[in-house]
Amino acid sequence: MSKERIQICPEFFDIMPPEYQDLVTNATWGKEGRGWKDVGVNKELIEQHSLCAGCPESMAFRYILASLPAPEDTVMVGSTGCTSLVFPHVGVHNIHSLFGNQNAIASGLKRALMVRFPDRVKDVVVLAGDGATVDIGLDYTLQSWFRQEKFTTICFDNELYANTGGQESGLMQKGFVAKMAPVGKKFDKVRLPEIAKESGCHYIVNCTVSKPSLVEKVVRNAVLIAREIGPTYLQLYTPCILEIGKNSMEGLQEMRDSEKPGERFAYKEFMSDEAKAFLADLAEKDKAKKASAKEALAQA
Amino acid sequence: MDSHSIIGTKNKKGQVFTDPHHLFFEAPRIPSFFTGSEVIKEAIRRASVDLMVAYPITPQSEAAALIGELYAEGYVTDYMRGENEFGVMSECAGGSFGGARVFTTTAGPGTMRAMENFPMWSGARLPIEMIVTCRGINSPLSIQPDTLEIYFLLETGMLVWHAETAQDFYDWILMGFIVAEQPDVHLPIAICCDGFFVTHTKDVVNLTPVDMCLPPYDPYRSPVPCMDMECPPVRMMRDPFVMKSNYISYATHASWQQEIRAAIERSRKHTIPMIGGLIESENTDAEILIVSSGTAVSQGREAIRLLEDEGLRVGLVKVKSLRPWPYHEIREATKHAKHIFVPEFNVAGWMAREIKATIPDSDRVIAGPHVAGGMTMPPEVIVEHIQRSLGKSVATLAGRGS
Repeated sequence: MSKERIQICPEFFDIMPPEYQDLVTNATWGKEGRGWKDVGVNKELIEQHSLCAGCPESMAFRYILASLPAPEDTVMVGSTGCTSLVFPHVGVHNIHSLFGNQNAIASGLKRALMVRFPDRVKDVVVLAGDGATVDIGLDYTLQSWFRQEKFTTICFDNELYANTGGQESGLMQKGFVAKMAPVGKKFDKVRLPEIAKESGCHYIVNCTVSKPSLVEKVVRNAVLIAREIGPTYLQLYTPCILEIGKNSMEGLQEMRDSEKPGERFAYKEFMSDEAKAFLADLAEKDKAKKASAKEALAQA
Repeated sequence: MDSHSIIGTKNKKGQVFTDPHHLFFEAPRIPSFFTGSEVIKEAIRRASVDLMVAYPITPQSEAAALIGELYAEGYVTDYMRGENEFGVMSECAGGSFGGARVFTTTAGPGTMRAMENFPMWSGARLPIEMIVTCRGINSPLSIQPDTLEIYFLLETGMLVWHAETAQDFYDWILMGFIVAEQPDVHLPIAICCDGFFVTHTKDVVNLTPVDMCLPPYDPYRSPVPCMDMECPPVRMMRDPFVMKSNYISYATHASWQQEIRAAIERSRKHTIPMIGGLIESENTDAEILIVSSGTAVSQGREAIRLLEDEGLRVGLVKVKSLRPWPYHEIREATKHAKHIFVPEFNVAGWMAREIKATIPDSDRVIAGPHVAGGMTMPPEVIVEHIQRSLGKSVATLAGRGS
């Protein structure tokens, strides 16, 4: 949907919410090369949020929304958890239905959009916490990958159930003492990125959200590969500062500490051969485009 | 508007998109001899379904697989096997959120596994049609007919119809889409039948012509936005209600639940002309009435014949729609009755409870007979139950050991 379709009647312009005004006047919809640098200027996709002060998830939300290659034709699917407190503020269509069924919802949704808009791009992006992705929803996560459903799954890994108050989750580190793990978690952090590879994902990244340019790159890759080839998976560390006993200012440092070499969120990436070829082709086209633009500039 | 109408144009299989009223009530009917499962397939062949999600569970597996054949032939646009019924119903929801006409079938334990989805479907106003071919849900394992699962569906906010025959089933599958998709209804619909008795027996069914089909679903007639990014992505709320413990969040939730119930009630005006009333009745001036739904009605009919031979006149009420519940219709139909018998294929007797809660002098209702777990209900069992309850001496049925 182009933004020309959503003009505001001039008489009512001043009483519309500010982010809606922003959407119709200033939106990055359709802008090539939109990205994290638009955060703070273009607030049409998210302005306010209802997370804790300093929550890394709120940063991740902003970077991801700024990096979607085609927000004007993207539908997001969430699940229950802290993300479901943010989605009501988000300026793309988004679905919350139940806890853990997000990849099943996205499967039906993507198929419906392919039936209804066979000649158009309609991206579907799942964004859910680690409880939803790995525990209660694991079956649906994996099955959607087995079926090669063409959408992106993003897991906000905060290594526990944050919204319900810090209970043990499958992605929690072994030994961590939490609610429902009163003597420390007794088994290892589930290795979902490896499972994702075996399950048929074409692009998998495990990292933190400390670097917005990196988040932009991986989100863009994940969405484009899912659109053209098949399922993609991003596991992003968004620590719950509240539940690991940090202050509002300490989220960024926590992520930096966790992404050092050898740490559990050191950057890891996997690409299928198809995905590699696709990205190489994309880079080639990009280069050619830039070269011809430069040439045109030189001639002018 | 008419110049844009799709009515009269053809789909890719050459079927003509036909005005539903014409299709149901004026188009010629072709008598055909089919099993209930085949009837489901033939209805869906004419239903312009965008997405069907299938999963094997007896006794609906055959129908779900037959619709796969329709997909292979091109009558259903997309078709997939889900991972389990919770996933299936969520995939249905995703499809419906995305603006597709979605169909699925389930049964017994599958219905129970999927249960979390149904109030979500109705709350999200998704007009999904689900066939329920009822079977036992209790342990020990049973695949046999039993209607207990319908009881669990009654307060999900779905429309719930209970078919007696394959003909009911055929017509209601097509009509169900039209009622469920009305803008002032826009709710999911469960069309139930008694497994095996309807799905696995052959019957003569009058089919509509194969070259006519329903007009497609128009998601932009929905009372809530279709999730396809083709309309403005309004922020649904400034603050998520789930976080708020205040009056306005409670009031919003409460009023939305009331709205779902109100939408069920609003479906009456579409349902009544479509399926010929929420109930059907015969001889309601009789002192004795049999009231039930599904194949218990068929058995009741046979029992009435046997009782007639003994000089006892008994009337019949067939309840077709359970949600909306035919409150006034049942009060009216039962007003002369002194004894109301409610035969049921389940141990709980939910139909009898519903009727007791509906009519004055509810001690007129005599629940039963009840059979469960796949037992058949011979008309003689109903006859005996009625005669015993009325204090008449009964010849004991052979082999019952009493």
